[in-house]
Amino acid sequence: MSWLSILALALQTAIGFQGASYALAAAGLNLHFGYTGLSNFGHVGFLLVGAYGMAISADQGWSIWVGFGVGIAASVVLGLLLGIPTLRLRGDYLAIVTIASAEILRLVANARPSEPLTGGSRGIGSLTSRLGFFDPSFIPEGTYGVGKSFVFTDRQLWAMLVCWGLVLVVTLLLRGLVRSPWGRVLRAIREDEDAARALGKNVVVFKLQSFVLGGAIGALAGALIVLNAGSVSPTRWIAPFTFALYTVVILGGAGTVWGPIVGAVVYWFVLDLADGVLNNLWFDVSDTSAGAIRLAIMGVGLMALMVFRPQGILGSKKEMLASGR
Amino acid sequence: MDLARSLRNPRVLLLLLALGVLWPGTAAGAQTPTTKPAADGVTAADEAKCKFTKQEAIEANGGPLGPSIWGRLCQVIDGKATFAKGATITVSQGGKEIADDTTGADGVFVVTIPGNGTYQVALDPKTLPKGFSLTDEDRAVLSNVQVNLGDQQSTFRLGEDDRGQRDLSDYATTVAKGVRLGLILAVAAVGLSLVYGVTGLTNFAHAELVTWGAIATYLANSAGVPFWLAVPIGMVAGAVAGLANDRAIWAPLRKRRMALLSMMVVSIGLSTAVRNLFQVAYGPAGKRYTAASGQLERSYGPFRLTPNDVIIMVICVAVLIGMTVLLRSTRLGTAIRAVADNADLAASSGIAVDRIITTVWVICGALAALGGTLYGLTINVKFDMGFVLLLSMFAAIVLGGLGNAYGAVLGALVIGVVQETSGLFIDTAYKFVVALLVLILVLLVRPQGILGQRERFG
Repeated sequence: MSWLSILALALQTAIGFQGASYALAAAGLNLHFGYTGLSNFGHVGFLLVGAYGMAISADQGWSIWVGFGVGIAASVVLGLLLGIPTLRLRGDYLAIVTIASAEILRLVANARPSEPLTGGSRGIGSLTSRLGFFDPSFIPEGTYGVGKSFVFTDRQLWAMLVCWGLVLVVTLLLRGLVRSPWGRVLRAIREDEDAARALGKNVVVFKLQSFVLGGAIGALAGALIVLNAGSVSPTRWIAPFTFALYTVVILGGAGTVWGPIVGAVVYWFVLDLADGVLNNLWFDVSDTSAGAIRLAIMGVGLMALMVFRPQGILGSKKEMLASGR
Repeated sequence: MDLARSLRNPRVLLLLLALGVLWPGTAAGAQTPTTKPAADGVTAADEAKCKFTKQEAIEANGGPLGPSIWGRLCQVIDGKATFAKGATITVSQGGKEIADDTTGADGVFVVTIPGNGTYQVALDPKTLPKGFSLTDEDRAVLSNVQVNLGDQQSTFRLGEDDRGQRDLSDYATTVAKGVRLGLILAVAAVGLSLVYGVTGLTNFAHAELVTWGAIATYLANSAGVPFWLAVPIGMVAGAVAGLANDRAIWAPLRKRRMALLSMMVVSIGLSTAVRNLFQVAYGPAGKRYTAASGQLERSYGPFRLTPNDVIIMVICVAVLIGMTVLLRSTRLGTAIRAVADNADLAASSGIAVDRIITTVWVICGALAALGGTLYGLTINVKFDMGFVLLLSMFAAIVLGGLGNAYGAVLGALVIGVVQETSGLFIDTAYKFVVALLVLILVLLVRPQGILGQRERFG
């Protein structure tokens, strides 16, 4: 495989559905971590309820819209359940409670007694036709692209189009919100919670609103992942997924409007490039090792970013310093 | 709270700890092998009758086994081990059938496989002779049989399930196993709590300190060092890792005055990187210590434990008592508590804060390593074992009160016992869920944790 095609494949992943779904999920996390300073380390839990909401609805024969509704409603309930008790506490508590609850959700979905609903460890499969996600696609069947490596099928293009479209809508919505007085209060909380409280703002309510809204965006991303894959399995919704989303948010620039998009594209480009390089070395790297090395690169990257460029690609160093991070 | 205050009293705590573990210890006189009353169905004793070893398999095979999946279909009928003849076992990989074998009169099957890997092993229940049945009909296919050492035994449980019927000894044993897990958690998590106390860092990479200790011990053990001598080697390796952690990463970041939330994210990156490097260097498979195999459970009063279990608990209690003494009655302990209380005040009263923090990191590394090693003795030593334990450790220190070392011990015991005993009442798949739910519920009622000091929140 030539180096050019490795580059092309990496770019394909980055601007494809993979990049788009991460950008959407990270947009929710960015509202939490970037704008409000909430240490939500269980974001994947929101994605999980969105995903299972969609998959279970489809399994029951309900339409996509019901699926979105169920997933998002579940994420709002989850957000309130976690937020009301913990948002009053120090950040560490939120971190541990969110990561714990995400793990609880995964384990419950995975457990044998939940099989009738969630399919247990096998998950729920072959939903593509029942979901009918690709039915409204107006893109004629075929492949589109340049050369041999940079090619999308019509289905991939459709999934990309829908997902990036949603990313754009959500991003513009968030842009409006964070520039409004509401968004200013969020940032004030991030910078100095006590000061915001001293000015008469009900800090807990603002944090709760941010937490629930960001969680719902996460659920939306989870539902889209199911729509694209046509299946759901519990193995995917593990803590490292959340950590990857953190890398995306920080890479793009925490607390910036376009950060999650830039972060997601760059993240997948770099990761897939690493994958391509590992698979084409002069010595053999097994698939498990390649996957592990990829994640190790992500980990080192996250550390290095946090230490040397905490503002990411788009953020401003001044704002980072001002917010004491 | 009076209970909390009395628990914070070291003497009361020591007494509690001692009680929790010396009880099975003092009853160690009656060292009779476990036997349970024979009843209909599968009992522990019956299971022992059906036990099948590799030696027997080689004899039955009439020669070395070679790369294979082997086992014996055995059911206890009228109190006697009886073998199923003519049953078909099929081995497949990735949905493709590879080979099959039919059991002979001795019930033994040996299915030849191409080599190490993950296989699916299926027993065709229709081919079982009359009178034989699977304990759990859903377990006719073992979908994830991993072969790492050339050959692998596969077991199909046959006969009526009697596991639902428990006697007092079962309950006592489960509680004891919970205490064992809790003590291991406590040893592993005390360092996490101490580091949180003196630096405010919630260190996700603590998981990898735990794994590192277990792996270092394993490496020494597999290089020929007897296991119990390899344990201190693992602890030294852990202490060095703790020191390196602080010197290379956390001390410079403290100097930069990096915010705690950012440090937490750095620790996540570190954890991810190190865990995956472990996987590459050490391999994805779980490995066992030499001391881990070949131990039978014995009766210690109402408890059925292996000698290893008892040794583990004794070591943990000794270490925890040692830590209590260190924190309560030495100059170093006083300094640690002073730094945890108020670092600036400690510095102004002449305590070398940075040196204390480094010392805490060294202690943290050594204890995490010991916890990891002891945990590795109860399960396999695996690259992600610490990460699997991490949430339980977090739960333990939050439950006890963040930054309170005694709280961490108490929290760990609660989490360990809840995790193990919940399996008695509900599906074991939920045992971890129950532990985490306990954590969340306690936070709702008492946000500062069981022993934590009330602070002004929000």
